[in-house]
Amino acid sequence: MIRRVLPHGLGRGLLTRKPGTRRGGFSLDWDGKVSEIKKKIKSILPGRSCDLLQDTSHLPPEHSDVVIVGGGVLGLSVAYWLKKLESRRGAIRVLVVERDHTYSQASTGLSVGGICQQFSLPENIQLSLFSASFLRNINEYLAVVDAPPLDLRFSPSGYLLLASEKDAAAMESNVKVQRQVGAKISLMSPDQLRNKFPWINTEGVALASYGMEDEGWFDPWCLLQGLRRKVQSLGVLFCQGEVTRFVSSSQRMLTTDDKAVVLKRIHKVHVKMDCSLEYQPVECAIVVNAAGAWSAQIAALAGIGEGPPGTLQGTKLPVEPRKRYVYVWHCPQGPGLETPLVADTSGAYFRREGLGSNYLGGRSPTEQEEPDPANLEVDHDFFQDKVWPHLALRIPAFETLKVQSAWASYYDYNTFDQNGVVGPHPLVANMYFATGFSGHGLQQAPGVGRAVAEMILKGRFQTIDLSPFLFTRFYLGEKIQENNII
Amino acid sequence: MWDLVLEDRRINSLRLVAPMWNGRIRGIHRLGGAVAPEGNQKKKRTILQLLTNYFYDVEALRDYLLQREMYKVHEKNRSFTWLEKQHGPYGAGAFFILKQGGAVKFRDKEWIRPDKYGHFSQEFWNFCVVPVEAVDASDCDINYEGLDNLLLLKELQSLSLQRCSHVDDWCLSRLYPLADSLQELSLAGCPRVSERGLACLHHLRNLRRLDISDLPAVSNPGLTQILVEEMLPNCEVVGVDWAEGLKSGPEEQPQDTASPVPA
Repeated sequence: MIRRVLPHGLGRGLLTRKPGTRRGGFSLDWDGKVSEIKKKIKSILPGRSCDLLQDTSHLPPEHSDVVIVGGGVLGLSVAYWLKKLESRRGAIRVLVVERDHTYSQASTGLSVGGICQQFSLPENIQLSLFSASFLRNINEYLAVVDAPPLDLRFSPSGYLLLASEKDAAAMESNVKVQRQVGAKISLMSPDQLRNKFPWINTEGVALASYGMEDEGWFDPWCLLQGLRRKVQSLGVLFCQGEVTRFVSSSQRMLTTDDKAVVLKRIHKVHVKMDCSLEYQPVECAIVVNAAGAWSAQIAALAGIGEGPPGTLQGTKLPVEPRKRYVYVWHCPQGPGLETPLVADTSGAYFRREGLGSNYLGGRSPTEQEEPDPANLEVDHDFFQDKVWPHLALRIPAFETLKVQSAWASYYDYNTFDQNGVVGPHPLVANMYFATGFSGHGLQQAPGVGRAVAEMILKGRFQTIDLSPFLFTRFYLGEKIQENNII
Repeated sequence: MWDLVLEDRRINSLRLVAPMWNGRIRGIHRLGGAVAPEGNQKKKRTILQLLTNYFYDVEALRDYLLQREMYKVHEKNRSFTWLEKQHGPYGAGAFFILKQGGAVKFRDKEWIRPDKYGHFSQEFWNFCVVPVEAVDASDCDINYEGLDNLLLLKELQSLSLQRCSHVDDWCLSRLYPLADSLQELSLAGCPRVSERGLACLHHLRNLRRLDISDLPAVSNPGLTQILVEEMLPNCEVVGVDWAEGLKSGPEEQPQDTASPVPA
């Protein structure tokens, strides 16, 4: 009985009656209200963020375990290895803060993308070998379901380094180290060089070293996009903004020989949103400084270097932006398809670009002629005066070249010893560095990212021991320099 | 008003329940994936693709399947260098190629080729002191790691890597240890070989014949062939007939398009 009554009397009536018709002529916009309330209730339901007061979806999250400052190839590589090495999926929350999502000034995109193993420090050679194997299997490391495979456009043409009489002994000992670590490098006399590459003028060359495997150049943009895609699929959060402030606590402590030091710990990172005054404090456990050429500013924000000079507190991060030019020229009579990247005794270098007799190269300026790094304008006189004479001397065909275009990029130049800074800061205990690679950051990024991730997760370097690259060397004055020719 | 909300909640509760079913779905698909023949796989892929957009578990499953495919290739290319101690480098190299489904020719002997089931006679172990002079690894799954085994064959004169889908530019940069002996190399139809890899064939100075026809990854086949010819002056380079497209006038074109069909 009740069952029969319900649908006719109560049930049907309640369902069909419109709320506005009850009192007759109720003139509020019910449809709009309903959808608004619906939206609010939806936002409380699990699986969605609550935005009862205002929409905050464009802001970074309030908490993140790791905040990576800098979304270039080094920062993304740290993010990738953190997610890869975490104990279970989704164990750590990683936020990457990048100032410019177009990467217009980032060193990654403007790099010439070379990879070589011809260093003198075993750590650098190991890093480079690791990166080569990463790049070789890039479609396995960075595989994303339903995404097309990456085309790295790797040219395995090798590096050819030339040494004068003075540098020949250094080159020989370097090659010895390189071979011990596992790089396939061959040494060539000037005669052999002339046989193999008849377009080289061997005047003033005493010895040449030539990389046979895993050396060449690739498309840095492809690596960046591949890492970005993979990291996003692993659940890393991205945010376009700038880090303006670190909220930290400090603690005065005594060392074993009774010196007072101030230990700091970062608790919050203030991320200022792009093109607005809005900012979001992100509570975090660890900050990774991978801001490349601008990493010294980030370090200074965290209070690194604020102290009397000569102490650990007063030791600044010695990384600054330096401007480097890359020129592209056309030369129909130039060397052919077999051309490797040639680095001359003078420091000038060039390589083939594509098939149409185009070449690309440049030279590192000396300390005195260092250009002003305020903008990315190209100084064309530098090519005429400092680069071309050396190139034309080495490759006679380049007498008649025609410069087609040029660009400039920043190096995250380490003024102390031109090598990277990896691992935690001794006093600001939860800031980790992955910066200062002075031009070879791109080719070492996969290895460095892994090392930093291991340091964060396991507390020590496991795959490659990068302890010579720790920050403390700036205080102790232990330079680890490459006695290299490039 | 409230019925709308209720409706919403119902939908939401459905979404919450769905992942629990996945346990079963995954089981079914994993079994199916293992047994299903090649034809069915394509259809299932699309269903899986659709489900990937809705369920994390399906995505994880597809990720796993992808990983397994990669693992298979690695497994096929594992190093056989441990055989070198017992059977010498030629035995180990030949065993690897035969295992892959390719053919080997020892010096002054007949070609040894596995049958369609992948079986091959074991008598080649007797020739292990004789160097291998030719390898035909067409349609094999050789990749960079597998080359370890191939590079054991120091006196290899002819190497055919036709239509090898895992041979890429990195592999070509690794052929230089064979430079003293290698005279003939065929890379026809390798989908991942580009002009960047061909550029490092200049190490192979004894090369007499090089086949670089039908390489889809090469951007300018004609120009590339000319540059390769310049780089290897003593070598006959077989590639696309780059002049072919230039000669055919508009009246000959129908003939051209018709000819590949019967062939």
